[in-house]
Amino acid sequence: MAAQPLLALRGVSKRFAAVQALEDVELEIRAGEVVALMGDNAAGKSTLVKVISGVGPADRGVIEWQGSAVQIRRPQDAQVLGIATVYQDLAMCGNLDVVANLFLGREIHRLGILDEVEMERRTRELLKTLSIRIPDVRVPLATLSGGQRQVVAITRSFLGEPRLVLLDEPTASLGIEQTSQLLDLIEELRDQGLGVLLISHNMGDIKAVADRVAVLRLGRNNGFFDVTTTSQEQIISSITGASDNAVAHRTSRPEEAWP
Amino acid sequence: MALRGRRNRTHTTDATPTTDATPAADREDDGHRGPAGRLGAYAGRLTAPAGRLGAPTEAVRRRLREGGTGPVPVLLALAVTWIVFQALNANFLSPRNLSVLSVDIVGTGMVAVGIVFVLLIGEIDLAVGSLAGLAGAVFASLNVNLGMPEWLAVLVAVLCGTAAGAVHGFSFARIGVPAFVVTLAGLLVWNGVTLYLLGPDSSISFSEDGLVATLTSRYFDSAVAVYGLAALCTAAYLLVSLHDRGRRAAAGMPCRPTAGIWARTALLALVSFSVVYVLGRFEGLPLALLIFLAVIVASDLLLRRTPYGRQVLALGGGVEAARRSGVDVVRVRISVFMVSGTLAAVGGLFIASRLTSASQISGSGVLLINAIAAAVIGGTSLFGGRGSTWSALLGVLIIQSIGSGMALLGVEPPAQFMITGGVLFTAVVVDSLTRRSAQSRGRV
Repeated sequence: MAAQPLLALRGVSKRFAAVQALEDVELEIRAGEVVALMGDNAAGKSTLVKVISGVGPADRGVIEWQGSAVQIRRPQDAQVLGIATVYQDLAMCGNLDVVANLFLGREIHRLGILDEVEMERRTRELLKTLSIRIPDVRVPLATLSGGQRQVVAITRSFLGEPRLVLLDEPTASLGIEQTSQLLDLIEELRDQGLGVLLISHNMGDIKAVADRVAVLRLGRNNGFFDVTTTSQEQIISSITGASDNAVAHRTSRPEEAWP
Repeated sequence: MALRGRRNRTHTTDATPTTDATPAADREDDGHRGPAGRLGAYAGRLTAPAGRLGAPTEAVRRRLREGGTGPVPVLLALAVTWIVFQALNANFLSPRNLSVLSVDIVGTGMVAVGIVFVLLIGEIDLAVGSLAGLAGAVFASLNVNLGMPEWLAVLVAVLCGTAAGAVHGFSFARIGVPAFVVTLAGLLVWNGVTLYLLGPDSSISFSEDGLVATLTSRYFDSAVAVYGLAALCTAAYLLVSLHDRGRRAAAGMPCRPTAGIWARTALLALVSFSVVYVLGRFEGLPLALLIFLAVIVASDLLLRRTPYGRQVLALGGGVEAARRSGVDVVRVRISVFMVSGTLAAVGGLFIASRLTSASQISGSGVLLINAIAAAVIGGTSLFGGRGSTWSALLGVLIIQSIGSGMALLGVEPPAQFMITGGVLFTAVVVDSLTRRSAQSRGRV
């Protein structure tokens, strides 16, 4: 296991007015590791993703990137570090075309004038490398199907050659087979040595691809689990809070008990 | 050691008859295939149905359904307006009337260009009419009452518009007051300031041969200069198009056929030379029209060809998406209101120049309504994210043509208002239907 985590959060807290969304959250993601982030609704999962991606910076706490403390105050800061985020609601502009969406926030320009030719060339190159067929990269995104839009959203995370990919419920709107393909992709990302933070409610997905599970409950850490040695029930009780008592802290049942 | 769920799943995937994944053994040999192949397979699966529908006719039909017909409907509306009025009064398309029209559109048109910026981010600026009036009043009171040099007074007047826009933008973007309310308050406040500056006469006349008056009274009638300018613009368009095409071809990307570029250039040449010719038959090419066209071309380039413009359009497409992509939403919003305020002030100076006096009429509500109507009639969406500054030109041409035609026919203002209102209503209905048809298919 790598000596230094790729990304480490230490004592991260965030407050929205009266609501303490995150409190002293710790999290480590190593290169070549898939960490699943689980938690019930309002556990702070999406808030944590926004902290890491710079959309909603933390109030307190330290973010360490490869061992040294960094400031992620803006989405650009995260991009520079090599953190790519695929959001739950895709976060794309329907009125812009595929090229514009891919390069939004990191447009290529010469002397302040957008270099559309270069951007389109790179888009086509990237789509070709990924064997993605989009009928026309110059149509507004709103005219593409939901699946195609999701492909564009994921493709976008490849542009900056990321070191860490954050996926916020990527399988929520996908069918079974598409989910399976996406999970394959996540494994490939890991095999390439990227760190992956996967948010999902689906225990099957987590069991399938994650190495470790970090559970949040009401904005606090509520346990880290090794997927290979922990039972599903244990994780679920940690999510729901049923494990907040002495009984649940006892040694878990034997491995053979879960399918 | 328990089996990892991953292994189980991998096997089921491989067993699925429809999958195109490589056999398990193959996969282990080919460890460096990278995420690309996987995402590709995943994407191919998703895009396959669309690929089957991807026939060219389907693409065309889809564009029509999406309302992506460009400026064609607006141009048709303009053509119909002109034909109808010409049929009713032979003087309508006379060089004299067209020349007057080409200067009359500039003031409202400038304001409308600013409105296009605001509409593109999906907001509204109701203060532009008052700001136009304010600019005229500031200029006149500084120049006439205080004896400030004209150029400095012009600068101060325009900067007043910028500053007022910044105040609106700040209140909206940073404090979070709805733009509608901020600019409504602005409308009242700046109107009040204007009246205060104008004093008891509520009108200040200024020099008829000063800098500001020249804005709308100067005409270029040297044939060499004006035809040369038209030729220059056409050549510039041609060169830029060919250069762009050359780069695309060099990169091996699909590009416009050369014939298309020549056809567009020919069309541009036809339009520009006929404009120069017709206006040349009266007094020549008006300076005001030239400035207006330059502002439109510059702002169009700004919106379509710069990172800033891309950010403005992104805000119209989705504020949250833009924010997450790293767009500084507050900065862009404030800047858009500053652009709107600045252009409103510039437009106000042109209107004052036409009258060689600053008065309250120049900044009345009619200007506000006409500017917004022009932007919307020209094809800029009220819902944000769709439009271009050329729509300000087309829209204001239609509105002023109706006004001018009605005046020639001796139609009373009440009927003019009703007809302009009807045109505006039609434009908004078209805009809404376009948006609704996009929504009904879940594509917003």
